[in-house]
Amino acid sequence: MASSSDMGSADFESLSSTSDVELLKRAWRNEKAAPEILPYEGDLVERAKGQIELVEENIEAYVENGIDPLVVSLYQMDLDRTQFLLRSYLRVRLLKIEKFMFHSLKSEEAESRLSEQEKVFARRCADDLAKHFEESVLRKLPENYQSVLKQSLISEVDDMVPEPHLDTFVACRSNSHFTLNLYEEGESTQTEEMYRGDLYFIRYKIVKGAIESGKMDLI
Amino acid sequence: MAGQTDPHVSLFSPEEVEFMAEDELVEIVPNMNMEPLNFIAGDFGRFIPQIPIQVPLWLAVALKRRGKCTFRPPGWLSVDNLTQVLEAEREPQSKFQALPFSYVEIARLLFDHARDDIPDMYMVRSLVEDIRDVRLHKLENNLGTFLGTSAVKMENVSAMEVNLVRPFARRALEAFYKHDKPEAAADRNTRSSRQPREANDEPRRPLRQR
Repeated sequence: MASSSDMGSADFESLSSTSDVELLKRAWRNEKAAPEILPYEGDLVERAKGQIELVEENIEAYVENGIDPLVVSLYQMDLDRTQFLLRSYLRVRLLKIEKFMFHSLKSEEAESRLSEQEKVFARRCADDLAKHFEESVLRKLPENYQSVLKQSLISEVDDMVPEPHLDTFVACRSNSHFTLNLYEEGESTQTEEMYRGDLYFIRYKIVKGAIESGKMDLI
Repeated sequence: MAGQTDPHVSLFSPEEVEFMAEDELVEIVPNMNMEPLNFIAGDFGRFIPQIPIQVPLWLAVALKRRGKCTFRPPGWLSVDNLTQVLEAEREPQSKFQALPFSYVEIARLLFDHARDDIPDMYMVRSLVEDIRDVRLHKLENNLGTFLGTSAVKMENVSAMEVNLVRPFARRALEAFYKHDKPEAAADRNTRSSRQPREANDEPRRPLRQR
């Protein structure tokens, strides 16, 4: 797959194989590898859930109708793999929400990346943690130091909120041929030609856009 | 070596890397009749005795375990090709040779489940092991030649290899980037006092001299 000689077949493959499982796998890998929470793939998750339910029903029907146990077990394996992807995807997101809950609730942009259930989870988490900190520590501190979000009253910004570290480096692979600007605006104009299948260690901020538009995948 | 696989440090566990490799297509020759399988992952079949067919590796292994098919080992997994690859990998200053992204995992699964379908199995296995070792050694050496502070191209590096060097490469590149930034010093001072250093609790190891 990596060599340039079978590029043609790989291209063809990408056209024909955009099944939801492929998309889910991509979403899972990106979510695992990205330092921040990515926008929630709501439609995809709903479709995957629907397909999982359908297959579950089918499998029950197969068992009742006495279809070859081999065939049933193969369908079960396919189902298990999809369920694993879906669960792992949702769990990775929960882990990240726990890590960055105050940050996720601070701005609308960050909050819009979460699903409705995730928002509820983040809020409850944040409330519980804030309550716990207040009861156990903060109330006993001098008045200036009682905020959960700030070091002291004189802090201008919320400096006690863990934020995702976007200057980190990620491994990613290109899905198409395009030119990537290697620096943020104002820094430099150096660019790099990306070809399909090329693999890079690259600063996350630079490829963030390309990942969200599907031009690159995190691996 | 650099970036030893500590499950808490590496992003994808070995099982997860294998899980991804199991979706690669391989060719099998079934020995039974079976209607097409309409999986969530796609449609495969129908299966007709002696007619080769492409299926994902996990399905191939499942059928093989029940004695329902034989594998057709992929072309790259032959003594001839692997010998060539190994020689090329051993050339000083050579690039990484083109191998499937998941070559380690695919080979491993075939060795575990389809040993009777691979000609010269023992030879092939030891070649794959040698290639893996040579490449890991090379990868380790290459880490010393990282250039640029924004993007580093890794040609023909496989899934397992990326996963292995990722923690080290990430820390090294982060450090390079920090020192390269013009406003680095000022920024760092304000940041370290202001920001709790993102929620990253990995131990910070200094760059080792090698």
